[in-house]
Amino acid sequence: MGDLRLMKGNEVVAEAAIRCGCDGYFGYPITPQSEVMETLMLRKPWEETGMVVLQAESEVASINMLYGAASTGKKVFTSSSSPGISLMTEGISYLAGAELPCLFVNVQRGGPGLGTIQPSQADYFQAVKGGGHGDYKLIVLAPASVQETNDFMDLGFELAFKYSTPVMLLTDGVIGQMMEKVELSDFKPRWTDEEIERISGEWACLGKKDRPRHVSTSLELDSEKMEQNNHRFQAKYQSIQENEVRYEMLNCEDADYVMVAFGSSARIAQKSMEIAREKGIKVGLLRPITLFPFPIKQIEELAGRVKGFLSVEMNAGQMVEDVKLAVNGKVPVEYFGRYGGMIPTPGEIVTALEQKLIGG
Amino acid sequence: MTEEIIIAGFGGQGVLSMGKILAYSGIMQDKEVAWFPSYGPEMRGGTANVTVIISDERISSPVLHEFDTAIILNQQSMDKFEETVKPGGVLLYDPNGIVNPPTRTDIQIYTIEGARLAAELGNPKTFNMIILGAFLKVKPLIDMSSLEKGLEKSLPERHHKLIPLNLEAVNKGLESLETVEA
Amino acid sequence: MDIKEIIKPENLVYEKNKVLTDNVMHYCPGCTHGVIHKVIAEVIDEMGIQEKTLGVSPVGCSVLAYNYIDIDWLEAAHGRAPAVATGAARVNPDKVVFTYQGDGDLASIGTAEIMHACNRGENLVVFFVNNAIYGMTGGQMAPTTLVGQPTATTPYGRDVELHGYPLKITELIAQLPGTSFVTRQSAETPGAVRKLKKAIRKGFENTVNKKGTSFIEIVSTCNSGWKVSPVQANEWMKENMFPLYPLGTMKDQDKESDEQYKVK
Repeated sequence: MGDLRLMKGNEVVAEAAIRCGCDGYFGYPITPQSEVMETLMLRKPWEETGMVVLQAESEVASINMLYGAASTGKKVFTSSSSPGISLMTEGISYLAGAELPCLFVNVQRGGPGLGTIQPSQADYFQAVKGGGHGDYKLIVLAPASVQETNDFMDLGFELAFKYSTPVMLLTDGVIGQMMEKVELSDFKPRWTDEEIERISGEWACLGKKDRPRHVSTSLELDSEKMEQNNHRFQAKYQSIQENEVRYEMLNCEDADYVMVAFGSSARIAQKSMEIAREKGIKVGLLRPITLFPFPIKQIEELAGRVKGFLSVEMNAGQMVEDVKLAVNGKVPVEYFGRYGGMIPTPGEIVTALEQKLIGG
Repeated sequence: MTEEIIIAGFGGQGVLSMGKILAYSGIMQDKEVAWFPSYGPEMRGGTANVTVIISDERISSPVLHEFDTAIILNQQSMDKFEETVKPGGVLLYDPNGIVNPPTRTDIQIYTIEGARLAAELGNPKTFNMIILGAFLKVKPLIDMSSLEKGLEKSLPERHHKLIPLNLEAVNKGLESLETVEA
Repeated sequence: MDIKEIIKPENLVYEKNKVLTDNVMHYCPGCTHGVIHKVIAEVIDEMGIQEKTLGVSPVGCSVLAYNYIDIDWLEAAHGRAPAVATGAARVNPDKVVFTYQGDGDLASIGTAEIMHACNRGENLVVFFVNNAIYGMTGGQMAPTTLVGQPTATTPYGRDVELHGYPLKITELIAQLPGTSFVTRQSAETPGAVRKLKKAIRKGFENTVNKKGTSFIEIVSTCNSGWKVSPVQANEWMKENMFPLYPLGTMKDQDKESDEQYKVK
């Protein structure tokens, strides 16, 4: 048994970053994720592992600091909540265009605009469809517990460097503010310059020595070359779709109906499933862990044998569109959600299941 | 075994830290735990509540609409959470400051004079530990050695000298629970 | 005489610095970006820091600076070069990092980033090329455009009531305790270029010695944007820009101590 603690999701983001050998964090305070930077500053990792922590003047600055640090092949991340992520999206597009591995954590709150500080999943589209300008995608991991928050920091960096692409951890105020039992990962040392040279030496800007200079850029004024770059990005996203789908299925073997939910919604839907099963309703739960890549094949396969789907989300119905694309008209797909910072209760979801799918 | 608890009162009563100590003690006893607070703009004296779940199995939702136990420490919380106790469940409250006592007849109701006893102990900050003791009398989920370890884990090292006082307060709560006859 | 007889080592009087690439620069004839690039490359070469220098290029005419100086480069979003440089420098304290920015990039869209980077005293050199106009996008008003100066977006001349005042950002930067060296130079004559080179050397030396932010403004021309000849552009700069943006060093000292900023 490793290091067992009771910790908030946000605190674990910080602790897991230190333990997975992260080189730097650049952030800006915003509720409900400020504990990330607060925990880092309290922990002083610069004394322990040499990790840099800097409070930037804005989210715009933090994402561009990330660009600068990521360009040198270092493991770096930032965190924010919805309005802050909107400010960062220009920079995220640049990071995707320059194919820089890095990580950002979005602890979502309700919007639009300044909205509320209460939990939400209304940034699903922004996270999985790109968000900023241009044809790009992020790998999006949706932890549903404090333990997964810990585990996905390391996984996020692993995927970021495997595919040379930015990765987002899409969590929310529930996961960020909740404390759960967590087994913390063991400490991994930060990469040495030699290791960075070995892992990212083909592109990292570490100073020009006996090789052509490296340029970290998303700019290509020649349209034919820019189209080639886009072909390369799309091939990468295709490969990610084929190889990196992660999901969890509960009680889907005998299910007549399947709920699809991610993150904190999936936790609530799981409780609804328990209640519904006690009532004799054969319902299962599919929890996408990667939102991009989305578990399309798994939903396609389920659509051949269940009577309908209910997409449960803390937004006005976003992921339901992806579920419908995967189901492709074979069976009904319904949506239930609360939004604006309201959290659905397990009871409400059971009622929606009964009224929208079973009664309908 | 799964125990779903709401603890609700004013900010400053130690609602959140009581929940944390309970949850940490649960971990010390190899339980699965979840602690989910209400959170809002930083404000002193506002209402605060926290859901604590202790279970032998993986915990599904940290967000609940009904509870096995409600621990209620002010009138606003009574107004809000009396209805959310499952039939047959437990409502534990401190009568100090409660104008409208609970009226339900399908649940077990207990009181604990937390504020008065804390004053007697000479330290108002022991209030939440007295309440916790009373709760453990009703629902003996956690043994004293796990609780002591939970306190060690929850409190910063500089406050460890206060652990004996905290345990004394828990014992005070264990002894002082009163049952309200329906 | 055959040309091969002329091109011989003993006849060599001038050589392109090896830190400059062979790429043909895209800058307009008469533009001083090329001169400034050349001097930066020379200083990098003379100090022997090519292997540890990282440049951050802006959005603007010098967006492609990475095609000309043979070092590793990071191409930043518009105005964000100081943040990009901060990130690179903080996780690589052994590297020498500089930004190269124009007036629109540094003094308009990127005002917050440059102010805060300088105020934190980030270990950087900042090159700020001020030609009082947006060159790349076709000659629009810049924050440093003079009152009465016609541009594509001030066709009747900059009007203070409508557009506010020219921003003397270098004077503001000099107030910040994180800066150690703040100077304003130009590059229109050999003498000016020699002075500029000294300043650039000082900036890079400060960075090697971790002395905080060195900020070097270069008052410059844009004959295309100003719609005059290169010679006329130099004259206009001397007549109009030098009085408003006087050359000289405003600050040359160590970063301030934190004493006067401390809680009691």
